[in-house]
Amino acid sequence: MSHWNPAPFAQQLLDLFASLLLLIAFAMLSQRRILTLIHLFAWQGLILTLSIADSAWLTHQPHLYYSAVLTLIIKVLILPLLLHRLIRRLDVVWDVETLINIPTTMLVGIGLVVFSFNLALPIAHFSSTILRNTLGIALASVLLSFMMMITRRKAVPQVIGFLALENGLFLAATSATYGMPMVVELGVALDVLVGMFIFGIFFFQIRETFDSLDIRHMEKLKEE
Amino acid sequence: MSLRPLDLVGLILIGWGGLGLLGLVVPARWGRCLLFPLITGLSVLMAGAGLWALQGGAQTLVLPMGLPGMPFHLRLDVLSAFFLTLLGLAGSGISAYATGYFRHMAETRAGDFQRLILLYALFLASMGMVLVADDAYFFMVAWEGMALSSYFLVTTDHEIPAIREAGFLYLLMAHLGAIALLLCFGLLQSGAGGDYAFATLRHHSLTGFWSSMTFLLALIGFGAKAGLLPLHSWLPEAHPAAPSPVSALMSGIMLKMALYGLLRVLFDLLGQPLWWWGALLVGLGSLTALFGVLFAAVQSDIKRLLAWSSVENMGLILSGLGLTLLFHGAGQETVAALALAAVLYHALNHAFFKGLLFLGAGSVLHATTERNMAKLGGLIRVMPWVAGLSLIGILSLAGLPPFNGFVSEWLLLQAYLLRPDLPQPWLNMVLPLGAAVLALVGALAGFAMVKFYGIVFLGQARGLVLGEVHDIGLWERFGMGWMALGCVLLGLFPSSVILQLDTVTHALVGQGLGASAARHGWLWVTPVAASRASYSPLILFAVIMVSVGLTFLGVRRFFHGRWRRAPAWDCGYPFQTARMQDSADGFGQPIKQIFESFFGLSREIPSPFDPHPHYHSEVRDPLWALCYLPLVRGVARLVKVVGVLQQGRISNYLLFSFTTLLALLALVTGTRP
Amino acid sequence: MTLVNWLLQGGQEILGILLAPLLMGWVGIWRAWLQNRQAPPLIQPYRQLFKLFHKEVVIAETASPLLRVTPYLLFGCMGLTASLIPMVITDLPLAGAVDVIALVGLLSLARVFLALAAMDVGTAFGSLGARREMLVSFLAEPALLMVFFTVASLNASTSLRFMVTGFAARGFYLYPSLAFAGVAFLMVLLAENGRIPVDNPETHLELTMIHEAMILEYSGRHLALIEWANALKLLIYFSLGFALFLPFGLTDSLQGWEILRALILFLLKLTVMGAGLAVLETISAKQRLFRVPEYLGTAFLLAVLAILLHYLLGS
Repeated sequence: MSHWNPAPFAQQLLDLFASLLLLIAFAMLSQRRILTLIHLFAWQGLILTLSIADSAWLTHQPHLYYSAVLTLIIKVLILPLLLHRLIRRLDVVWDVETLINIPTTMLVGIGLVVFSFNLALPIAHFSSTILRNTLGIALASVLLSFMMMITRRKAVPQVIGFLALENGLFLAATSATYGMPMVVELGVALDVLVGMFIFGIFFFQIRETFDSLDIRHMEKLKEE
Repeated sequence: MSLRPLDLVGLILIGWGGLGLLGLVVPARWGRCLLFPLITGLSVLMAGAGLWALQGGAQTLVLPMGLPGMPFHLRLDVLSAFFLTLLGLAGSGISAYATGYFRHMAETRAGDFQRLILLYALFLASMGMVLVADDAYFFMVAWEGMALSSYFLVTTDHEIPAIREAGFLYLLMAHLGAIALLLCFGLLQSGAGGDYAFATLRHHSLTGFWSSMTFLLALIGFGAKAGLLPLHSWLPEAHPAAPSPVSALMSGIMLKMALYGLLRVLFDLLGQPLWWWGALLVGLGSLTALFGVLFAAVQSDIKRLLAWSSVENMGLILSGLGLTLLFHGAGQETVAALALAAVLYHALNHAFFKGLLFLGAGSVLHATTERNMAKLGGLIRVMPWVAGLSLIGILSLAGLPPFNGFVSEWLLLQAYLLRPDLPQPWLNMVLPLGAAVLALVGALAGFAMVKFYGIVFLGQARGLVLGEVHDIGLWERFGMGWMALGCVLLGLFPSSVILQLDTVTHALVGQGLGASAARHGWLWVTPVAASRASYSPLILFAVIMVSVGLTFLGVRRFFHGRWRRAPAWDCGYPFQTARMQDSADGFGQPIKQIFESFFGLSREIPSPFDPHPHYHSEVRDPLWALCYLPLVRGVARLVKVVGVLQQGRISNYLLFSFTTLLALLALVTGTRP
Repeated sequence: MTLVNWLLQGGQEILGILLAPLLMGWVGIWRAWLQNRQAPPLIQPYRQLFKLFHKEVVIAETASPLLRVTPYLLFGCMGLTASLIPMVITDLPLAGAVDVIALVGLLSLARVFLALAAMDVGTAFGSLGARREMLVSFLAEPALLMVFFTVASLNASTSLRFMVTGFAARGFYLYPSLAFAGVAFLMVLLAENGRIPVDNPETHLELTMIHEAMILEYSGRHLALIEWANALKLLIYFSLGFALFLPFGLTDSLQGWEILRALILFLLKLTVMGAGLAVLETISAKQRLFRVPEYLGTAFLLAVLAILLHYLLGS
């Protein structure tokens, strides 16, 4: 065993966290149950937190610690709890129907991964940060979450997809520029929280109107 | 003047032609007993000549035949020699089998049989001519001869409408391909001046756009013959329609002529490849392989299943060829040589195991007059020879060690794994997907083969009276045994085969595997270095045998050997019939279910109250509706427009000719300075 | 290549063969404990094998010789495979003859024969089992191959020996691609060994069984051999997983104490992971059969992702 040096280890850890984030994005894409979906989302938040903390340590950027804590509180604790309560209240602990079957979705997902890595390749060459490897992964997980929103039929998974998309964006931000300015991050976090509340209110309204959370019913809302 | 391999090859070709003509005059019974063995003998000789030529350099010959000023050029280099060897080796097994197989036909339909001998011999000879042709003109003559003779062989049973249709489709596709080839050679020659001899074309290089066009035309022309997507639709129709030895010839050998043509044009005539050619070939080849194996897995006609599997194997071969092109273009000659060796090896393997399986299917068809798997079953008990030899065939086709199919798939996977970094970054990312497709195709081929063997040979007979079924005769046993032996030997002695392939890879990509592949002795294959990958089928085979033997002895040594026969248990269910086994449709059901959106599936499911329920499901090729039907509709529309001109009055037709003449005259005088 | 190496390889085969039923018993005990049942004794599988070996063999009237050859072939292949995987030492003399691709081929050879034997008698259950087994395998096999590919590209070798020593030479390193490959491998392990989300080894419920349906017509010593081979297969997959993902402890040297340490570590890993398998099986539910392709498709795609990730991150 070679001489122990923590810096490369932290670097490897960062790649590992990014890959785990991607893995969870794929897991969410292939998951049918809402409850598991929420758990996966919480796990993704936790890994994001760890990854941000790790890069904070690695790059000696103290403000990243704050955003790690912020992520932990909002994405690992508050949002999953809210979602939990939401689905209990709405009584929607059902299997999620998908529009396209799951292997096909995954296949498209692989295509997206290749695509986003190609996209990130020239940018990564210019980027001087040590985190450039993860940019492609971050982009891929953004696209995957986007795809999850497209392929789901029910409103709740779509919202989870939206939140997961935000996770990917966060990772992209830390890997490309060592995080956004603190003000922006705080603002985004607040936005997500407020967005969550609004989504919750919308869910109740949608269900009251259509007796279901199936977004297909929204197709009626067009001009005849 | 001493005899050269090329002279020998020429003599054999003439011999084949002569034997065919002799078949027309000799009575059918003699023809079968005498001419087919002679054809077989010449095939063996051809294999010898090919092997001989593999050792040496190129030889040329100019025949004083053909058009005035355009004599036929013949040339025998190592590439031709390899394919001549393939033709000879596989052809001899198939011809020996044919000696026995056509017994019935020779006795009942003597006239048809005499014609068949002629066409059969011409088919073999024209394939040989394709391989030694050294000018575009002779090549096209041989190529068309091959297409025509095989067309007439396909339509041997022309009384059946379905076979006529299949034959027509084949002829149509063959000619579309031939047109593409004509244009391709035209482009190759353009501006070179002089004749169409390959020697001229070789020294004439094309620039960017035109060389890409030539590549595409060659891909269409040879791809149509190889069953490349989306030009594959004739293959699963035409191959099963022919008599079984002919199917074996077509699948085993004729498809390889397309590979030969591609190799000849791409590596010999065209010059430096562009990178996207290889990428296109890898993509199309992988898709073809996947498409073919999926359709093979859901077929219920034995010969059609094998034909689809040929599509799959040609896909694998072409994807390997694509890899070779990619690496060759990037200057990575060692890996290119590895991929090329895999391609050539798989071509040889496919000739053997597919030939063997088509012969086996022919025996089943001959003995039971049944091609539908839903009516077969349990044949292992009445046809032990066919069943035993076919078992080797399916294990080879499924790519299982220590048989031959595994070796070439192993080499191809190694080529994917040892892939160097290519200048195109996205190709580096996409290529592993090719390896994934290859792995998936291999596993699906296993599914299809278990289905094929399990339904046809194992289980209980589904409606057949097994007592009336007979096993094959001596000639057939010899033919199938030859092919099976080939499968086993090619599987067990890969490094010897790779050493033989070495001259070919040297000639095409300038590198060989021989030096490294056999560095550790003839027992081992080590494509690059022992620390990267090595494989030794002979040792593997030996230890499997030892392991199984020890198990057997151990069990025998310590325990009693009592056993008895009883009715099958089947969970204690007392009323079992043969109809309760899986049918071919039932076995393919999971594949249908999983890839439902992929197949054009139509099903009739009976209602539960129907006293005579009838289940029917049909799988159609979606590409047929996607690519071919629009084309047909387009042609029909065009014809309708042209049809307006047709009014039936002669004076009108004369008027058309008259105006055309006037227009042409005006054009000619107008362009003259 | 010395005599010692050959002896060690042979010893490993014998060790594997003797140990395999014990592993089955161990997993069984844990399953029983976790399900609040009284556990059978650890040596229960040996007793069952012993009993089966002494029973008379009953062969169906419609069976062909294939049915009788298959158990020996299956057991032989599995025993051979067990000896090829570095369980204790990596420098096995046969390792050069059979690399991982050939290993997958060997496993698949055994499987094809078992499926054919299941179809041989011509009963409804036999062909059903064969069909389902092939359904599972056609997705599991490429997934396994892709897992191997990932590890092979990490170490630039398809030989198990150099895969393991490649890891050892580089010391501690976190490979993101291995995380994906590991998950895929675990999924394949569960599927290929007829474990809970795919098949239940303890059921004879006709609607769900896969493996049991194939071997319904076997009895006596043939059945014993098949059951034993099945136990061996589990051990093979475990030791493959150890070699690829937890290779610490494996030794390239032939010193006595190093071998002993490797052996103890190997047994320790088996103990822990065997219990882990039981836990995993207990907390998950058996899937509908037509969810299985989805499950395995996911495994396959994860493995493909692993290899993609390897090239993308450019280790």
